[in-house]
Amino acid sequence: MDQKFKILAVVIGLVVLAYIVPQSGSFVVLLTTRAMAFAILAMSVDLLLGYTGLSSMGQAAYFGVGAYLTAILATKLHFGLGWDFWLVVVFGMLMGAALAAFFGLFAIRASGVYFLMITLALGQCAWGLAYRWNSLTGGDNGINLSGRPNFGLDLENPVTFFYLVFGFFAASMILMYVLTRSPFGRSLAGIRERELRMQILGYNTWLHKYIIFVIAGGFGGLSGVLWAHTNGHVSPETLVLTTSVDSLLMVVLGGAGTLVGACFGAAIVFGLREYLSTLVPWWQYVLGGVYVLTILYLPMGLMGIPARTRQYLAIQRKKGAATNLASKELASEPS
Amino acid sequence: MTNTLRLRIAPLLLGSGFVLAMGMSAASAEELRIGYIAPVTGIFTQIGKDMVNGFQLYLDEHGGKLGGAEVKFIVEDNQGKPDAAVTKAKKLVLSDKVDMFIGGLLASTGYALAPVSNETKTLYISSISSADDLTQRQLDKYPYFLRTSWSSSLPSQPMGQWACDQGYKKVVTIGADYAFGYEQVGGFQKIFEDCGGKVIQKIWPPLGTKDFGPYIPTIKSDADAIFSLMVGPMALQFPKQLRASGNKKPILGGGTSYDEFVLPFMGDEVIGDVSSLHYSAAINTPANETFVKTYRAKYGKVPSYYSENNYTTAMWIDKAMAKAGGKYPGPEKFIKLMESIKLDAPRGPVELDEMRNPIENVYVKKVTKTKMFGYDKDELWNVVIKTYPKVSQFWTYGKDKFLKQPVYSRDFPPCKYCE
Amino acid sequence: MNLQFWVVQAFNGISYGALLFLVGSGLSLIFGVMRIVNLSHGAYFLWGGYIALSVIWATGSWALSLPVAALGVALIGLSMERVFLRPLGFDPLRQVLLTVGFAFLFQQAALDIWGGDNMDITPAAVLNTSVVIGGIYFPLYRAFMIVMALAIGIVLWLVMEKTRMGAAVRATVDDAQMARGVGIDTNRISMFIFALGAFLAALGGVIGGAFLGIYPGLDFEILPLAFAVVIIGGMGSLGGAAIGALIVGLADNFGKALFPEVSYFTLYAPMALILAIKPTGLFGRD
Repeated sequence: MDQKFKILAVVIGLVVLAYIVPQSGSFVVLLTTRAMAFAILAMSVDLLLGYTGLSSMGQAAYFGVGAYLTAILATKLHFGLGWDFWLVVVFGMLMGAALAAFFGLFAIRASGVYFLMITLALGQCAWGLAYRWNSLTGGDNGINLSGRPNFGLDLENPVTFFYLVFGFFAASMILMYVLTRSPFGRSLAGIRERELRMQILGYNTWLHKYIIFVIAGGFGGLSGVLWAHTNGHVSPETLVLTTSVDSLLMVVLGGAGTLVGACFGAAIVFGLREYLSTLVPWWQYVLGGVYVLTILYLPMGLMGIPARTRQYLAIQRKKGAATNLASKELASEPS
Repeated sequence: MTNTLRLRIAPLLLGSGFVLAMGMSAASAEELRIGYIAPVTGIFTQIGKDMVNGFQLYLDEHGGKLGGAEVKFIVEDNQGKPDAAVTKAKKLVLSDKVDMFIGGLLASTGYALAPVSNETKTLYISSISSADDLTQRQLDKYPYFLRTSWSSSLPSQPMGQWACDQGYKKVVTIGADYAFGYEQVGGFQKIFEDCGGKVIQKIWPPLGTKDFGPYIPTIKSDADAIFSLMVGPMALQFPKQLRASGNKKPILGGGTSYDEFVLPFMGDEVIGDVSSLHYSAAINTPANETFVKTYRAKYGKVPSYYSENNYTTAMWIDKAMAKAGGKYPGPEKFIKLMESIKLDAPRGPVELDEMRNPIENVYVKKVTKTKMFGYDKDELWNVVIKTYPKVSQFWTYGKDKFLKQPVYSRDFPPCKYCE
Repeated sequence: MNLQFWVVQAFNGISYGALLFLVGSGLSLIFGVMRIVNLSHGAYFLWGGYIALSVIWATGSWALSLPVAALGVALIGLSMERVFLRPLGFDPLRQVLLTVGFAFLFQQAALDIWGGDNMDITPAAVLNTSVVIGGIYFPLYRAFMIVMALAIGIVLWLVMEKTRMGAAVRATVDDAQMARGVGIDTNRISMFIFALGAFLAALGGVIGGAFLGIYPGLDFEILPLAFAVVIIGGMGSLGGAAIGALIVGLADNFGKALFPEVSYFTLYAPMALILAIKPTGLFGRD
């Protein structure tokens, strides 16, 4: 019952988003498009972190690979600017997955903090490659895309493009949600809770973790493809360490293990970085403060607020009942 | 569950409310709306501030007006990131309805912003970003783009000539491993080799290297001089470490190796080092002296080219707007006006060439400990020892001959004399 | 590549390793004892350098700046541990993210206090020269870094191995619950170690500041280096941190000198490889 309610709320939220944003002025459309494209990456990080308990500090590598693939195909081979855009989407996902498959061989053996560190190192290797492979990636200058694809739909129009990204965003969310509710997804939760027990029960936990790592890489690649077209420019900045850290922060901020939480996190971080920064110069303090406060007081992230409030109210109620009882007892005592 | 809805909708409504309100403040008749994009936070903050201060100084000196029009100056932060620059530029054009946007520090920002000028048919003036190709082989793509500052190889090409004139025959280059480094070194190498010199070794430490320990011992001992292109923290550490290792060869510096951004923090080991750039704070003209003294009094530091180039950009716009009668005539006409002006800037005479890049003086300068402009302390200054007048991005080759060669890169010009 | 080349490069590599040890030793202790992945470590390094600059501007004494900066940052570290990290308990991800949040705050505050210019620390004049041995120039400051790293390494080793406090620390590293059972105040130990780690980081900042400069962004540049040292050496092992630092220093130096093409990978590729083979680092214990 609770679950159906949640799904309904998310659906309504998506519909409202699709309806209101295009009417809110071009800057809001731009920001929301960016946030949604990046949110796909954030949700993929949630698959790893929230559902499997793997904290990866290098997901920007797959994001970058998808973005660079798109840019290189568009500028060097003039590929992907018509109906072949859809092929680029598939290729982007495959490249992301392939890189994750390769990196995963190194990384999945580790766990906890060591996993964090090795994914960090691998992510940095990817960044170094993007930076140094001048002939392919343009080095620190980056690659400029000359325009968005046109296949009957003119994606140069920001609202049309918004709907395209929205479509991918919603589809990714649905796919990931279905995945988490599947038997495979449930076994991931088991691994997150007690890997040893799962192993005793006969699950090949390494394989499970590896597969979800590859899947997350695939979604990261998709996110990168959309990102390249959103900005029209790809550079090593796309893969820099702070991008990976941001994606982790968004998930924790919004609430790990909820998918929707990652989207909230993305909205807030983008809102702060790109919206607040137009209003005040001290927005970085707000960003840092938000992180610190969330981690201290909202371990379940924003999505945990309803649960926490319920908890708090329940405790208050119990206290109230106890004092009532105590005062009744006192009152009933003979003076 | 209503929480979810509330959490989602409220910010959207607030956001759209804000944006609508902003959009409603339309430009009034004699107003010029200028958007400015610079890294105002993040690791390039100080440079961003210097850029904005330069522009702001001119505005303040002229009552906030350029050419008679009241200027609305909106500064947006891009933290040095190209994609944030694109977002802010779009915001400036779409929401704030600016007539033009200026700025961009890094080459990647310049490359990212140029297409935005096309998309939005709004003038983009690059006041610092110096990527060569934007006003060379790529210019045709960007009809709404012009530069008021420099291109990376513009000042290093004359340095190649100067090195020949000094009698240097063999030079080792060591430059930061990124596009700006390639273009500065490339410019030097091309001209130096064309006048008979030989570059016998090219070293590329990664951008941000501060420990040159691995590289310094590999410098060939038969070099006559070392051409070094260093940026930021690299510029502070390289000369120190070179001298500490016992290497006493003369250094020929690129534009940012000894500029006024890093010079105040350098020690006496750099006295005598030569570099070339289109600006030096020690240019001994009344115009520059006034500029340096005013800037230093107001902002507490000697201005670098980051500030001067933006001051000059404001001056340029001022003259163009005056010619337009105080009313912004649209990007195409405005570009023609800018092209028609010959400016007397603190850095000397400046005008635009046929590819919308400046033609200006290049100064070969030597670090000297002295008192300048009546200041009472001995300080390090880039004293000018030779001026190359009217230098264009093509040096003496002419546009067509120059554009036939590829853009300067890590592999071009090739190192023919490297063993 | 004559003998001179190898000698100079080895000297350079060792001195760079010395700097890395200064940066990484504090982190290694903090992780070893408290299992905290402290991503504010780079910020401590940076603040150490900035505070030293302020001291030098105010008093003109470089020698004074070393203890003042190190103690100042130790205090900051102490407060951070008490007020913010203690309540979190053992939760690596949240620690990571909390310390990152603080790193952002520290970075912005440093920009607001000291501005964004690229600065340099000038050490005492005597250290600014080079000694010539056999025709080879050996910059004294590099030698100083090696001497400091050795001194600190020895002092730390002595404290850990030969004092009661050290024994208590080692007990806590091995098994915190047992240590508490024996009556050791693990909270006090944690606080002490965190402060010590911050102290070492800041000291590294002052010493390194004359070698690398002090500028915005240095905090996040130095962080991966510190982690590389700790990871390769193994977390919680001081000896491991020393060896890790030496390996990274020499590998990085020789890698760049001999194979400049792979300059960007001389740090991360070995790190990834070592972790792939032995996830707890060369000398680490789980």
